[in-house]
Amino acid sequence: MSVIEVTHLTKYYGKARGVIDVSFQVEEGEIFGFIGPNGAGKSTTIRLLLSLIYPSSGSAAIFGKDAIKYGPELRQDIGYLPSEVFYYERMKVIDLLKYSASFYKKDCTKRLHELSEYMELELNRRIEDLSYGNKKKVGIVQGLLHSPKLLFLDEPTSGLDPLMQRKFFNLIRRENQARGVTVFFSSHILGEVQRLCDRVGIIREGRIVEISDIQTLQKNNYKKIQVMGEGVSLDAFQMPGVTNLEHHNNSSIRFFFKGDINMIMRKLSEMTISDVTIEEPTLEEIFMHYYE
Amino acid sequence: MSATIYWHELRSRTKSIISWSLAIIGIVLLYFSFYPTFANQAALMNEMMANFPPELLQAFGMTGLDLSTVLGFYSFVFLFIQICVAIQASNYGFGLVSVEEAELTADFLLSKPVTRTQILSGKLLAAFSAMVITNLVAWISSFVIITLFRNGHDYDAGILALLLSSLILFQLVFLSVGLVVSLLVRRLRSVTPYSMALAFGSYVLAAFSGMLGDVALEKITPFKHFDPNYIIQHGALDTPLVMISVVVTILSLAGSYWLYLRRDIPAVS
Repeated sequence: MSVIEVTHLTKYYGKARGVIDVSFQVEEGEIFGFIGPNGAGKSTTIRLLLSLIYPSSGSAAIFGKDAIKYGPELRQDIGYLPSEVFYYERMKVIDLLKYSASFYKKDCTKRLHELSEYMELELNRRIEDLSYGNKKKVGIVQGLLHSPKLLFLDEPTSGLDPLMQRKFFNLIRRENQARGVTVFFSSHILGEVQRLCDRVGIIREGRIVEISDIQTLQKNNYKKIQVMGEGVSLDAFQMPGVTNLEHHNNSSIRFFFKGDINMIMRKLSEMTISDVTIEEPTLEEIFMHYYE
Repeated sequence: MSATIYWHELRSRTKSIISWSLAIIGIVLLYFSFYPTFANQAALMNEMMANFPPELLQAFGMTGLDLSTVLGFYSFVFLFIQICVAIQASNYGFGLVSVEEAELTADFLLSKPVTRTQILSGKLLAAFSAMVITNLVAWISSFVIITLFRNGHDYDAGILALLLSSLILFQLVFLSVGLVVSLLVRRLRSVTPYSMALAFGSYVLAAFSGMLGDVALEKITPFKHFDPNYIIQHGALDTPLVMISVVVTILSLAGSYWLYLRRDIPAVS
């Protein structure tokens, strides 16, 4: 069963673009990465799924039920960590977490303390006295304390130091593996998506440009090819499937290639070259490729 | 209605309730402590009042008032209570959902398993309770202070009760109008200018309509709908005008629910 099923979801804010014709599915128990630069529509998509905003057209279903109509009921099992965390400034951390817990039908006390201890959160401080990173920790505990079956993480690592980031990733992985939690993870940092996610969707200017699993994205898609040699010219590689063709320095050129690798091999065999490297591009490079 | 939200909201209004209550007690006490002096020189006072320009008296709603009587004297301070509770109710109305949106805590609340109707009802009921508590303080302090300073002068307690019970209806107009206006704008960044404009605007309008004798203007300001002078003189509410307030309140509340259920919660930008 798909935990999230988004069908032709479109959102305009007046005339401003939110997202256009977004469709994708997230399966139970997977960690789905949602990548795109700032303003691409990542938060808009999450906010639509939580019915914080309403779509202009299209629909979304969570656990097989309409996300708007059954929103309140569905949110019993949803945890949400917004990209910017804002809480009632004058409350103490513990009071905020208890307030948060009181919305759910189960007793969250034990988990509240376990999570706070794990994230090294000081419970008796006022929210307004916390640093940004500490507020983020409040957000993490708040998003997880009711043992949700689906987690929306909107750029969760910003503000966390590397040590905390690692702890956080371990926590998410544990939730995913031990409890089968489905995770929807939005980010513009590819490294962390690469570390954590099974599948990714890439969003650009409000539209989904690619959905595939990480390995496929890296392996079957593009090769990064660098050719060195006297008299190697760009013209020779003007062929279908070649992109980003450029001089690297005087005697070498590089490009991305997608297609039958034999085409390139034949081309290379006709030339006199001094060296060639064919490697898999990093996710970063694939990503940049989508944004050019 | 969500009980969780109700108690959270009511608790967050504690300071506001205390300060408005203290303000009301202070005003009534300070003003009414002069009553014994006034009452003893009633003839002199009324003579002095007669010498004021009638426009000024009308602006303060003081025409036809006998300042030597308890309620006549009280009606003037009641106007200040009205201004206080109008600002309080406007603050609550404009801030009910806009404060969470401006401070960006709305995302927290709306991602919880509650419906928007439950959220708005919980918040409205909490604001209503806060107003009721403030009203109770106004009731108790008025009766106690009048008893302390009335100096043997009699008054109709029933009319005082009617006057005080009109306060909550009066506040509901400001609460609901503030709320619906806050939902009509996309983002309201600061509550105070709006609530001051609504409360004082209504008051100034009433003052002007008193001065000019303009009938059309009194149709729109709650200060005229709940004119203490009228209530004391007639021993009853001005029913047709009060009905305008009631209808405005109902329409504003209905409009608020309609708008809030369809509202896109503004994001961080």
